[in-house]
Amino acid sequence: MKVTEIGIFASDKHLELPLTSIKIPCGTGFPSPADDYIEERLDLNKLLIEHPAATFYARVEGDSMIDAGIYHDDILIIDKAKEAKHQNVVVAWINGEFTVKTYYIDPRLGKLFLVPRNDKYPPQEVTPEMDFTIWGVVTYNIHKL
Amino acid sequence: MNKFALVDCNNFYVSCERAFNPSLNDKPVIVLSNNDGCAIARSEEAKRYIGMGAPIFKHMDIVKEQNIHLFSSNYTLYADMSHRVNEVLSQFSPNIEPYSIDESFLYLSSNRNIDLNQYGIEMRNKVLKWTGIPTSVGIGPTKTLAKIANKLAKKNKMCQGVLDITNHARMNDFLASVEVDDVWGVGWKYAKLLKRNGINTALDLRDANESWIKKKMTVQGLRTVLELKGTPCIELEETVQDKKQIVNSRSFGMDIDKYEDLSEAIASYACRAAEKLREQDSICSHISVWIKTNGFKDDPQYSKSISCRFPEPTSYTPLIIKYSLHLLKKIYKSGYKYKKAGVMLMDLVPAENTQFNLFIKINHSRNKKLMEAFDKINNSWGSQTIRCAASGFARPWTMKRNRISPMYTTDWNDIIRVN
Repeated sequence: MKVTEIGIFASDKHLELPLTSIKIPCGTGFPSPADDYIEERLDLNKLLIEHPAATFYARVEGDSMIDAGIYHDDILIIDKAKEAKHQNVVVAWINGEFTVKTYYIDPRLGKLFLVPRNDKYPPQEVTPEMDFTIWGVVTYNIHKL
Repeated sequence: MNKFALVDCNNFYVSCERAFNPSLNDKPVIVLSNNDGCAIARSEEAKRYIGMGAPIFKHMDIVKEQNIHLFSSNYTLYADMSHRVNEVLSQFSPNIEPYSIDESFLYLSSNRNIDLNQYGIEMRNKVLKWTGIPTSVGIGPTKTLAKIANKLAKKNKMCQGVLDITNHARMNDFLASVEVDDVWGVGWKYAKLLKRNGINTALDLRDANESWIKKKMTVQGLRTVLELKGTPCIELEETVQDKKQIVNSRSFGMDIDKYEDLSEAIASYACRAAEKLREQDSICSHISVWIKTNGFKDDPQYSKSISCRFPEPTSYTPLIIKYSLHLLKKIYKSGYKYKKAGVMLMDLVPAENTQFNLFIKINHSRNKKLMEAFDKINNSWGSQTIRCAASGFARPWTMKRNRISPMYTTDWNDIIRVN
């Protein structure tokens, strides 16, 4: 352990101040006139993430969604706060694994499907006895060119 | 009437593992302490086989026989998930106090004319949907009663995870069903004393003679009695500390936007948390720091938490402060008005090394002198001539974490895989 950090103890008294007494010279009552002109650099987080507390990521394996522009090794942005709707791309847990597919609700047949976007693979019907949950709705895909 | 809600994540560490690995649902799962030693979290399915705190190596037969899934504790993941849960909860009240890694108090002010039971159900559903973490919600006129309501909500299947105990017709039955040891703020020593005097349940305690209680249990005990009667004595952010983690978090009197001011706050929380840690003779291995803006204002919003592991378990104030500030620097963004910040120390183990007591219960001027002497010796004789006993000499702490799950939310290499 380095001992240089002991210097922090010199400010002991300072640290013992109850927080309410911390002096903030530039209080919120007097916003700087420059504030109106401050433009922050564009932030991808703000663009891509609506619900930070509910947003998770997943790595794609395989080619079942290439017609939707989702390729092997891409990174999906998943928002669990969103309600999955017909034709959303979702990450689902089915029969012991995670999968990304298009969620297809057929009200006429009263059936649910997970539909790949690659002609090589057939749609899969979701039946009640399956171990199935929608884990989250995919909102964006990060694909390296 | 103002009320408190206590939201408690069910078997939190196990639920975090399950959130990213649904194959663990309905299976017995156990999360192990530091060094893969003891059971510190158990799924409902595992509770009948393995006791809380049981050293797992003694039970390997049953682990194999019952196919119990074991995990090393993944505090990086748990701290992040804890922060997410609190972020969702802060949509329900501007006043929220994270009390431990898996529990938070919410202050529900009286001017909301809403059915609180329904409100609790909404909270629970939203946290579950957004984060995947199941919770129980207890609501009451005091923090002590909210705690009890929470316990009952968890136990009683009929409640569906939510109970508002305020003016409940069955209040006496409820209180009679809670052992006095389980009342918030009653330590085991006092519980023994109370039981010797025929006070066995929360109901007995509520109806006990107040002056006798004050004589035997000081004003603290009296506060508990009053709280059981429905008179709030323990305000939000006034904490009766949990033993499993140490949390120090506060709302600021005014919004703070400067890094310097924020770092001063974080340093003071870290300092106090380290003191509490030593008061209970513990050392910790993980620290998490968070900052957030006021979600109930129209200003730009930002909320972030971050955690890391110490090189070895510690309760050494300067090191804890240093780490807390290092973490703050990583998450601080200028241009936001911060309303709240906090420090949490996790993964606590007893500080067995008695030499460590040097740093305990000495006043600050002496402490400072000691630190200065410490510094001097190390400067003239080379660093590490004297060092903190808690950091160990032989470093037996190359921690065993053989069964750790991926850092699903903090490492790009560890995010879930989908096909």
